Amino acid sequence: MAEALAFYTLSILILGLGVAVITTPKTVHSVVFLVLNFLCVAALYVVLQAEFLAVIQILVYAGGIVVLYLFVVMLVNLKRQPEEHQDPRRLAKVGLVLSGAVLVELAAIVVYSYGREPSSVSAPSPAFPVQGNIEELGWLLYTDYLIPFEVASVLLLVAMVGAIILARREL
Amino acid sequence: MLDTLVIPLLKIVVLLNAILISVTFMVLMERKVIAWAQSRLGPMRVGPYGVLQAIVDPIKLILKEDITPVKADKMLFSLAPILSLVPALVAFAVVPFGGDELFYVADINVGLLFFLSVTSIGVYGIILAGWASNSKYPLLASLRASAQLISYEIAVTMTLVSVILTSGTLSMVGIVEAQLADGVWYGFIQPVAFVLVMIGALAETNRVPFDLPEAETELTGGFHTEYSGMRFSLFFLAEYANIIVISAVTALLFFGGWLRPFPNVEALAFLDIIPGWIWLFGKIFLFLYLFMWIRATLPRYRYDQLMRIGWKLLIPIALANIVVTGIVKVLV
Amino acid sequence: MLEITTAHYTILSAALFSIGVIGVLVRRNIIIIFMAIELMLNAVNINLVAHAEQLQNLIGQVFVVFVIAVAAAEAAVGLGILLAFYRNKETVNIDEMNVMRW
Repeated sequence: MAEALAFYTLSILILGLGVAVITTPKTVHSVVFLVLNFLCVAALYVVLQAEFLAVIQILVYAGGIVVLYLFVVMLVNLKRQPEEHQDPRRLAKVGLVLSGAVLVELAAIVVYSYGREPSSVSAPSPAFPVQGNIEELGWLLYTDYLIPFEVASVLLLVAMVGAIILARREL
Repeated sequence: MLDTLVIPLLKIVVLLNAILISVTFMVLMERKVIAWAQSRLGPMRVGPYGVLQAIVDPIKLILKEDITPVKADKMLFSLAPILSLVPALVAFAVVPFGGDELFYVADINVGLLFFLSVTSIGVYGIILAGWASNSKYPLLASLRASAQLISYEIAVTMTLVSVILTSGTLSMVGIVEAQLADGVWYGFIQPVAFVLVMIGALAETNRVPFDLPEAETELTGGFHTEYSGMRFSLFFLAEYANIIVISAVTALLFFGGWLRPFPNVEALAFLDIIPGWIWLFGKIFLFLYLFMWIRATLPRYRYDQLMRIGWKLLIPIALANIVVTGIVKVLV
Repeated sequence: MLEITTAHYTILSAALFSIGVIGVLVRRNIIIIFMAIELMLNAVNINLVAHAEQLQNLIGQVFVVFVIAVAAAEAAVGLGILLAFYRNKETVNIDEMNVMRW
């Protein structure tokens, strides 16, 4: 009961704010809706008992990435709205149709797979020597997934260096 | 029903009222402390020694006219004060005022990370306030603020990693209990981390000497120049609530929270007659005084100095501290 | 209706993903397009976490950590390119970004 209430409230908020993000004419408003959307997704992670991811979602997405977006929106001081310029060769209608097709395809997959037995390929995780969501996640990241974890850190370093070089004035 | 809904709600109501009342008295305390530091008397007119100033000030702010600039972005202009106050209050949810379940709203296993992530949301209030005012000084202030807050947030988060390494837990109650088990306040085994967190806290709460986002003499008041009346006081509330919560967290992490001094020395056991929450309140009060003392003493940094301290001093030291803590942790 | 299964989360995720797709295909402001991509990444994350919960297996959550790391890298580089482009052409309209060099 409590889970249902939380799920439906959060779903309505997530979808509503998602629509608001892509329809609002002002870019700054879009960014604000995006933050609120990410906070709702974080709350959904708490419902799914992934509290570490919920906190990381707020810390990295809402507290980091979206601040970056807001910063860029403020730097990019637009004299004219980008939507005013229309390329005559642009096919927005086709874009809408194509996104409709994606929606139909996703719906078909969900309907098709709903009610089937989940394939038993993936077994529950083996017993951990530690207890608790963060401890178990940390254990996985530093044992089985150590190499991807390190690769991700190298990726972040590369992205950081790349972003600094791109943002310098003399390119 | 009683345990899951009524009691937590009661705790939240009590906590929120306590915060709001203590903020009004904190403003008075700050005025008095700074006045004494400058050989003045401070507010003296209302009540004995100006004590009732704490009640008169909020009434004045509520009665003031609330102005919205014509060219402001109405939605964001109203949203910004809320976005800066709410995270400051939510952060109190994971602050325990004692070891007993009665003294905290929630003890979650990601408590410290929750605190960090919630306070990182507070930057939106400042950025959006500056942007929505549609005025040049607030915009400059908010651009400064966003760069400052993000830089120092990285430094503080990295510093706290070494504290987490020492305690082995992210739960706030767990960290204090780890200090009891180790028999020492973490301020003594992580002195570098303590200093870094204090500097970071000054910058995160926009206090002197890092008060560039609201530097009156440069920016006519900073990001809240266009705000008046109750909305302005929401920013004020947020700033002071942030100072209280960051003082409380520093006391919990480095000064043993509700533990008495030297919790491992049996000879001092008679100090246990003072309840834990009084110890904690005393420590918080000391930190609040430290904040005011610094404000009365230090001049403001220049913006480039501020960024240099953040990126070239605090972050490398924090990284080195993590490495040293890790090595010590493995060896011992 | 009152019992929430993984299928519910999958439908939510599919709907959010579609919103992201619509944003990418219809809007012309590249900042909005970036944000729509973030929405799609979040939709995928919801799906992964929901299935991690269903299978009682934490690998899904491990992947979400990587997705968040990649999203952070993508945002940093993408916005860097955007700023470099804006400095030269004073526009963020994706229709005007039709030359490989200038």
